[in-house]
Order: sequence, then C-alpha cells, then structure tokens
Amino acid sequence: MLDFIARRLIAIVPVLGVVAVFVFLMLRLTPGDPAAVIAGDNATSDQIAMIREKLGLTLPIWQQFGIWMGDILQGNFGESYFFKKTVAELIAQRIEPTLALAVCTLVVALSAAIPLGVIAAYKQGSILDRFVMGLSVLGFSVPSFVIGYCLIYVFAIELGWLPVQGYIRIGVDFWGFLERMVLPSTTLGVIYIALVARITRASVLEVLNEDYIRTARAKGLSNRVVLMRHALRNAAVPILTVIGIGIALLMGGAVVTESVFGLPGLGRLTVEAVLSRDFPTIQTVILLFSVVYVVVNLLIDISYTLFDPRIRY
Amino acid sequence: MKKTGIKRRTFGALTAGAVVAAGGATTTRKAHAADKVLKFVQNGNMTILDPIWTTAYVTRTHGYFIYDTLFSMDANNEVKPQMVDKYEVSADKTLWTFTLRDGLEWHDGTPVTSEDCIPSIQRWGKRDPMGLKLMDFVAEFKAIDAKTFTMKLKEPYGLVLESLGKPSSNVPFMMPKKVAETDAFKQIDSQMGSGPFIYVNAESKPGEKHVYVKNAKYKPRAEAPSGLSGGKVVKVDRVEIIEMPDPQQQVNAIIAGEIDLIEQPPHDLIPVMKKEKSLQMVDWNPLGQQFVYRMNHVVPPFNNPKIRQAALLCIEQEEYLKATVGEPQYYKVSSAAFIAGTPNAFEAPDGLFIKPNYEKAKALLKEAGYDGTPIVLMQSTTLPVLTNMAPVTKSQLEKGGFKVDMQSMDWQTVVTRRTKKEPANQGGWNLFHTFTVAADILNPISNSYMVALGEKSWFGWPTDPEIEKLRDSYAKETDPAKAKKLAEAVQNRAIETAQYGWVGQWYGPGAARTAIKGWLKAPVPVMWNIEKA
Repeated sequence: MLDFIARRLIAIVPVLGVVAVFVFLMLRLTPGDPAAVIAGDNATSDQIAMIREKLGLTLPIWQQFGIWMGDILQGNFGESYFFKKTVAELIAQRIEPTLALAVCTLVVALSAAIPLGVIAAYKQGSILDRFVMGLSVLGFSVPSFVIGYCLIYVFAIELGWLPVQGYIRIGVDFWGFLERMVLPSTTLGVIYIALVARITRASVLEVLNEDYIRTARAKGLSNRVVLMRHALRNAAVPILTVIGIGIALLMGGAVVTESVFGLPGLGRLTVEAVLSRDFPTIQTVILLFSVVYVVVNLLIDISYTLFDPRIRY
Repeated sequence: MKKTGIKRRTFGALTAGAVVAAGGATTTRKAHAADKVLKFVQNGNMTILDPIWTTAYVTRTHGYFIYDTLFSMDANNEVKPQMVDKYEVSADKTLWTFTLRDGLEWHDGTPVTSEDCIPSIQRWGKRDPMGLKLMDFVAEFKAIDAKTFTMKLKEPYGLVLESLGKPSSNVPFMMPKKVAETDAFKQIDSQMGSGPFIYVNAESKPGEKHVYVKNAKYKPRAEAPSGLSGGKVVKVDRVEIIEMPDPQQQVNAIIAGEIDLIEQPPHDLIPVMKKEKSLQMVDWNPLGQQFVYRMNHVVPPFNNPKIRQAALLCIEQEEYLKATVGEPQYYKVSSAAFIAGTPNAFEAPDGLFIKPNYEKAKALLKEAGYDGTPIVLMQSTTLPVLTNMAPVTKSQLEKGGFKVDMQSMDWQTVVTRRTKKEPANQGGWNLFHTFTVAADILNPISNSYMVALGEKSWFGWPTDPEIEKLRDSYAKETDPAKAKKLAEAVQNRAIETAQYGWVGQWYGPGAARTAIKGWLKAPVPVMWNIEKA
C-alpha cells in the first residue's frame, strides 16, 4: 500500500510538469496582454511597453518559464500583477470560501443523492424511480447559474429567508456563514446529486441481483439492513469513483457559482485572473486545482480498500 | 418584496439542524453593527490601488476616497482650490505660487507639505496626457516653505488649473513624498493619503470588499460641496466597496437591502429597479459618457484620409444609442467632440454623425480607390455597453460601400490587439469602439483622442502637425474667448482629417436605497456628503 501511495505521489510530478508547461504556453500564446490591462484605456503604446518591461514580459518565453519554474521550486509562486500581493497570499485569502462551498456541496449532494439512488434502485420501475431519474436528467440539463438565479428569486427575493449573496467567514459568524452557504451549495449540488444518484441507482441495481443479496433476504434480514449493509457497501466502489471524477465538476462549477453568489473564493479569483490576464495567479491556481484533483483521486483509490477487501495495491 | 414570518436567522438555524449546538456555535457579533455603514458596488472589480499606475475608473474612485487634490472641478465644471488655500500667478504668467491650506494631514498625523506635493505632481506628470503636456511647459518646481511651493513655466500655459484640477483618470492626487517618489511605471505600496477616508488594509480583501473608515481628523473646506470641490464632509462611519461582478446579482442585492448603492447598473435592468419602492435612480454624473469610434491610421485602408472620411459619413449616432442604451432619456445625440452643454461644445457641420450620407461615402471610396479589402472591426463582447456598437457599425459601413469583417473577442483581447500595428490581415486591426467619461474630454488637451503625434498618440496613431499646432496654441492661450475659438478649430481639423469619430453621449444613473440622501452630482461617484437614514 505504501509503495502504491509513494508511486502515485511521485507520478504527480510529471503530471504537474505537463500542466505547468501547457498553462504557461497557453497563456503566452493566446491574445491578451496584462500590461495593456493594467495601463487602462487612456494609456499610450509607449506606456504599455514600459509596464510590459517592468513585468518582465519582454524576456524570451523560455527565460520567463525558467524564472517561474525556478521560483516555484523555491516555494515562491510569484506576485500577482494586479493585487500587489503574492499569489500564495491571495490563495490563502480565497481558499476558505471555496473549501466551504465544496464541503457543503458534498454534504448536501451526498446526503440527498445516495438515499435517492438507493430508493430508486429498490423501487425500480416505480413512479418514484422515474421521478428520481427525471430529476436527475433535469439536474444535468439545467445550467447551474439558472438554478442559482431561480433559488435566489424564490428564497432570497420573494421569501426573504436567505441572503442574496456574499460570504461570512465561519470564524466570524457561524450562522451567517451557514445562511450564505445554503443557496450556493444547493445550486452546485444539483448536478452532483444528478450524477451520484444515477450511478448509485445503477450500482445498487446490479448488486441487488447478486446471489448473496438473495441469501441475505432468505436469512430473514430486513430490507434496510440488506440495502444499507450489503447492497450499498458492495456498490460503493463505482459511486466513489464518480465522486472523485465529480471533483473536477465541482471545481468547474465553483467558478460559476462563486460568481453568481458573490463568494470570494478561488473560482472567482480564477475568473478575475483570466479576465485581467494575471499570469502568475492563473498559473498557480491551475496548478493547485491539478494537485487537488490528483490527490482527491488518490484518496478515493485508497478508500476502495475500505469497502472492498479484495482490492489490494 | 413579499416577506413571510420566518426570519432568516431562524431558517439558517433550521438548516443547520443539529450539526452544532446553538450556543456554542455563535461567535462574535457583527463588529460594526452600530456604525453607519455604506455598502457600494462599483462598475467593475478593483484590483489595482494606484490611481496613477492605471487609468481604471474604479481605481480613480478609490483615489477620491483616500487622497485629496490641489484643485477640483465643481458642479459647473469650474476649477476651484481644494488643498490649496491661495495661489498667485506672476504678471508674465510663468510663475505660479501655491499655498496649502492649514490643517492638512496625512492619515498618520504628519502634516502635508510642499515636499510631498511636488513629487506627486511630477509622478502624475509622467503618466497622464494633461500631466505630460503640463510638464512640457514646466521649467522647475521649488518648495518655498512647508506650505508654499512654486511652479516655474518656460512660457505661459493656459491649462495650469485645468490640469491640476483634472477630475478623472489620471487625477493628480497628492501622496506622501516617499510614496510619490515611486517609479511612475510601478505600483505604489502604501495607501496613505490625506483624503476624507482611510483605507483599512487589514479588513480589505481584494475580490471581496474594500473597507474605508471616516478620517476623523480631516478638515473639510468651509464651502458647500459642489461637484468634486468644496467641503468633503463625511456623514457615515464606514464605506465598504463590495466586489460583485454580476449586474443581476447587484440588483438582487440592492432590492434585498444587502447593499446601498450601485454605481451604474446596466440600462436593461433599470426598469426592474424603477418598480421597486425601496429604490431610487440617481443621476450622479450629469456629464455622462461618450462613445468613441477609433480607426487605425497606420494600416490600409484607413491610412487613406478619404476612406476615413467616407467611414465618418456613414455614422448615424441615434442607431448606436438605441442599440446600446435604449431609452432616449439616457442618451443624447450630439456632434460636439468636447461634450454638449460645456464651454467647448460645437456642433459639427453638415449633420455629420447625425445624418449619414451613404452616397457621398460611396463616391469618396471610389475616388480613393478603395479595393474592397474588408475592414477588420473588433467587437468587444464582455463590456455590455459596447457589445452592440460593432454590429451597428458593420451595418452602417456596408450601406456606405465598405466590406466589413467583424471579429468578436473579449475586451482584454481588444485592448491587447489594439496595440498591434501590423496590417489587419496579419493580426492587426482597422476599427474598434470604446467609451470615455465626458469629464476626460472637455478640451483639446485632456481629450487624448485628439492627439496626433504618430507613435506617441493613442491607439490608431494619427499624425497631423496641423492639429498639433492648434492644440499647442490652445494650451498656451490664456484668453478664454480665444481658447474657445482654438478648441473649435481643433474639432474642425479632426473632422477634416477624419481623425476619429464620436458617436453619441449617454448617461448611466446610479441606483440607491431610498434611505440614502446626498449623492453628489460629479463625474466620479464620491461618498462624502452621503447620509444613510
């Protein structure tokens, strides 16, 4: 197992290397000049050229890449062109809302999707099953910003139960934090619920046809025990896989959801950095997202062994 | 807005369920509950805090919070002393002496001195078009004492006060000497000013909010506030600029009472807000903005003046204004380059910009030998107010006999691509649109689109020694009547050479909760004088 973990961790290095080269080149080769954005609308070409030089953007690309990689290897992720802060500081400031959104979304999504999927499988072909699967299709089909605006209109504007936007740090006001997490995590959770509920239903259905389930029932075990202890546990591996893959969905969704709900997280930071061509910030945030994705999937792989003792690394 | 009996906090508690015990989970109360806090959403995110390093309007507005200016423009567009108590001009108009008023202090309590003001003007003078022009005339600055300094000119200059009282980007804000000595092409580190608000660095989080508290030591002028001049009396304890990029969310938030003011909501959302009894629309910027039509003079076909003239003949302002703004109460058709209703406003001859003359345009194209090469028109799709400009231009130019290749891109790509001087079919461009705050273009010197110094001009790089001679004469002219005639001559020359097009003025009111009073009329949304009931 330790060998497996070590191998997987070592494998992260070339993955990050490829991501770094790709992101760096993509930013340099696509249109967009941070100096022009910084200078503003009234600046002249000469002024923009001066700013470009001060930012080191006139150096050859290979030299810029070398400087960036050298800095990263020393733990220095550079300074944002705009915020006059290091990228590490910016990420530290913005990571809490994104983490909070991710955790709340997972809580909302899994606590709804898994029971729905299990029930749909158990009641296969029933109205309930069709309803859950219909909802699932809807969840996939409707863009998250549309869901967000609908929820805001109903729960914030019309009913006035929840705030429209904003974020309060968990350490400042816990209830304020929760109030502001309900709508964004529900919005982001919908697509996740759709994804996980479908795969849960399919996996549980497959397991329910196995001989050992029939045996468990023949032994007189209750439906609840059969479903939760025997069926769900044996159906867990594909569900966990989808949860892992869904992390990318979650990160992509966070970009939109944070913008709609005014959450000052990494998703919005990414949007702002892309729009203003803040190269050091974009590069580092994408590297961070890549690390998170790889590590989460590693953890998911490790967790397989908890649910299926036959799996060995 | 309908409200039910269920309170937010109760709902939050229900949602949380049994996760955390209520008593243990409740943390600190809102720190500033008792303060009068104004929550303001600007027209874009503020990422840069140096109003000299960038011309971004959001940063300029931030500058007005924390810095002060030597002179300011009042509601009648006249320049009035602000930090300056008195000033004198020598008989030959080459020596200006400025004396600062009593009681000016930086936010750390140290006095504002002449030694601070001189490098502040000099740094601004390296970046701003009016500053650059002023510096061409300045022989030297000299600090006479802590409160008095002089500016010696090489020859008389007619726009000294207009320059030092320039209302919009870049504004000559006064900064402490150490800060003002920062390279003009590098961003400053400090946010210390002498203005009516203090920036709270510890609480400000870029991308989330910027926090300002009232500067209790600030000594406002005795005069009533007028435009950007007069007494800057702060009537709230704290202002928070909330970063909220989505206009729909801004409107939702102001309806829900989560914010107090929006700088400039999009025109299509104004009808929604007008229906809300808790909201008011405030016309805080009566001068408004002007749309700009910029051609590239250095590559074909607009390197040919006749083809540029043909393009201008196709312009019909009202079509643009209807497509972008919509309601006539928020726009004005005007062929005045220096803004209708201001001293330098002159209507263009022959209905130019108002009534198109497609037949004449076609004749000019034939005369110029236009070979049908498509005009590369850059369309910005990310600034809502500009998105509909390019399709109107395409339609109008095609009626006049042009072929047009409209290319859509985000605004940041436009601002990058417009720096390119390559031919249009090799990654360059022929035409794009932008807009400018009217206060920035009230005369031939501050109007950077009128500069025709080739490489040193704004994008499009026109070259015209004749207009430059007129601009110089305007700059040196100290008689207002003669200066006005020169301004008219500059406009006429710009039309003659088809230097650029101006395609209508428009206004974007702000939105405020009805509890807000005292939002001043000025070219910049300023937060002094505002009361919150």
